[in-house]
Amino acid sequence: MGSVTFDLEQTPVREINHFIHKDADIGDKIAITNAGGAHSIACGCDKELEIIIDGHAGYYAGGMNKDAEITISGSAGTGVGENMMSGKIHVKGFASNGAGASAHGGLLVINGDAGLRCGISLKGGDIVVGGSVGSFSGFMAQAGRMVICGNAADALGDSLYEAIIYLRGEVKSLGADAQFEPMTDDDYAVVAELLSQAGEDFKKFDPKEFKRIASSKSLYHWNSDANQEY
Amino acid sequence: MAEHKSISKEESYSFDRSAIDYIRNAAAHGLYEIRGMGAKRKLPSFDDLVFLGASNSRYPLEGYREKCSTKTILGTRFAKKPIELEIPITIAGMSFGSLSANVKEALGRAATEVGTSTTTGDGGMTQEERQSSKTLVYQCLPSRYGFNPDDLRKADAIEVVIGQGAKPGGGGMLLGQKVSPRVAGMRTLPEGIDQRSACRHPDWTGPDDLAIKITELREITDWEKPIYVKVGATRTFNDVKLAVHSGADVVVVDGMQGGTAATQTCFIEHIGIPTLAAVKQAVAALEDLDMKGKVQLIVSGGIRTGADVAKALAMGADAVSIGQGVLIALGCNGETYYQNGEHHDASADYAALGTCAGFCHHCHTGKCPVGITTQDEILEQRLTPEVGAKHLKNYLKTLNMELTTIARACGKQNVHHLEREDLVALTIEAAAMAGLPLAGTNWIPGM
Repeated sequence: MGSVTFDLEQTPVREINHFIHKDADIGDKIAITNAGGAHSIACGCDKELEIIIDGHAGYYAGGMNKDAEITISGSAGTGVGENMMSGKIHVKGFASNGAGASAHGGLLVINGDAGLRCGISLKGGDIVVGGSVGSFSGFMAQAGRMVICGNAADALGDSLYEAIIYLRGEVKSLGADAQFEPMTDDDYAVVAELLSQAGEDFKKFDPKEFKRIASSKSLYHWNSDANQEY
Repeated sequence: MAEHKSISKEESYSFDRSAIDYIRNAAAHGLYEIRGMGAKRKLPSFDDLVFLGASNSRYPLEGYREKCSTKTILGTRFAKKPIELEIPITIAGMSFGSLSANVKEALGRAATEVGTSTTTGDGGMTQEERQSSKTLVYQCLPSRYGFNPDDLRKADAIEVVIGQGAKPGGGGMLLGQKVSPRVAGMRTLPEGIDQRSACRHPDWTGPDDLAIKITELREITDWEKPIYVKVGATRTFNDVKLAVHSGADVVVVDGMQGGTAATQTCFIEHIGIPTLAAVKQAVAALEDLDMKGKVQLIVSGGIRTGADVAKALAMGADAVSIGQGVLIALGCNGETYYQNGEHHDASADYAALGTCAGFCHHCHTGKCPVGITTQDEILEQRLTPEVGAKHLKNYLKTLNMELTTIARACGKQNVHHLEREDLVALTIEAAAMAGLPLAGTNWIPGM
């Protein structure tokens, strides 16, 4: 195990990602300074690494992550943690659109707000958002859990499959086929566990304040009598 | 003398038997028709073009003796490892789910034997197709079903699918009877549901974003693999230019004759433009950007014969891609299927679907009488990988022989030397769409 620091003002993203993919050893700690909104930082990680990105990241930070634990001290652009398979990504600031899109596994934590379509097409990953989420979050989410500590904009959970959304604040509107359901003891335990995994900043939230949103499953099969009014 | 028609039995052009049948079905079921395959309507096509073979003004090559190269290289723009193929005829993306695992394996075996590539589809990569395919293109689709970094790295090229010719602007559909336990598992979905695929990608929304997305895919794969961008043919001139601006190594343009496993008929027949028109626009876009030869063009949608391949190449394509023709080579719409060493009559199974061999488009039902577009454990045994691969290999070889026959007749030692000047059109419509002179004239409508 070793430590290495890259300065993005001196070293291009390509060189850093090459190091992460080819040269880094399991357990290495990698610091990336002066991120400056660069795209594709630390995407395609496929081993247990600890990566700290100092500053704001552009699009697709930590994209398709496997096993690595990535911390972004600032905010993240579109598609942070997209298609993540495992590991953890923690955004200390805000996240733009499509955060955690299609994530199959792992945990994405966002301290601030997340933009449009957070958790879209989610396939088994977990997402915890400290702030609010934009419209169409959880769209067609298939599996996994989303914990939203703030509010949600329009069409939350539109066309949900089996993913479950836990919302603490208010929702402007639910999407097609999404519905509120009673919280069970298992749900409270899930929320408590995910808040705990999200870290110190999330201990202030009480699982009892969250509501459960899941699919009513009315779109699972075609229904010609629905008149396309879901 | 015109055929006599009794006024009492005169058929309406507006409300002919097909229109009446459509209205009655709509009235009975309250639901549009969903079906497989591509546009069935008559369209201007490569059949409306002919080659000007060599004569006094051109020098032909000996058809059976002189060599004619078919080597094809795709993805030379940015990728460290471009795709090298023996023939310019590739196999289009078709999903495991719409097709059985046996079929996917058969495609891989045949492609490997003739030296070309196969392509995954919605739902991800199966072990069978990776093992059987020497060169495998991995699709990145809006649904991202089964999409993962391990398979991305195993692939030889990546194809970002924006749309397909049968349904540009639409997402996919896999009806519940085909969502078997294995298909459901690969797609992280409940077994047996009517599965919808998104029509838009989840993490980018326009060509500027696409450029960043493509860079991310290159970063993840260390800039080794060619990246294709596939579009359904609509505003092809602009779409191809935007794909090039986004950083594509290869652009795939799929015309409206391109097939599907399940889409609304109104979509298949009424959205998109014919392949013939799309090729011209795609080539014009590459030429406009001075990227012809730098970004390769693959054309698909209704390619059936070696003559079709030759015409696509002459118009400016670098390769073609075939889906529906490939399935027909495997036995799609055949009267019999071959199992346990003998042929079996499939007519009763076609009849149960309300159709017969030669007309079937019931891929969406999962009850394919010849075991191709199915996940049914009994039906899928009707097509074994060995038998399917043998027939497909024969088909691909035939196409390639026809292609080189035409190229030699036009005096070309390399099929990629075929050119627009070798072609003329037989109809005004085809001449206008393809931008080629009407045969026997110098007239190109609209020029």
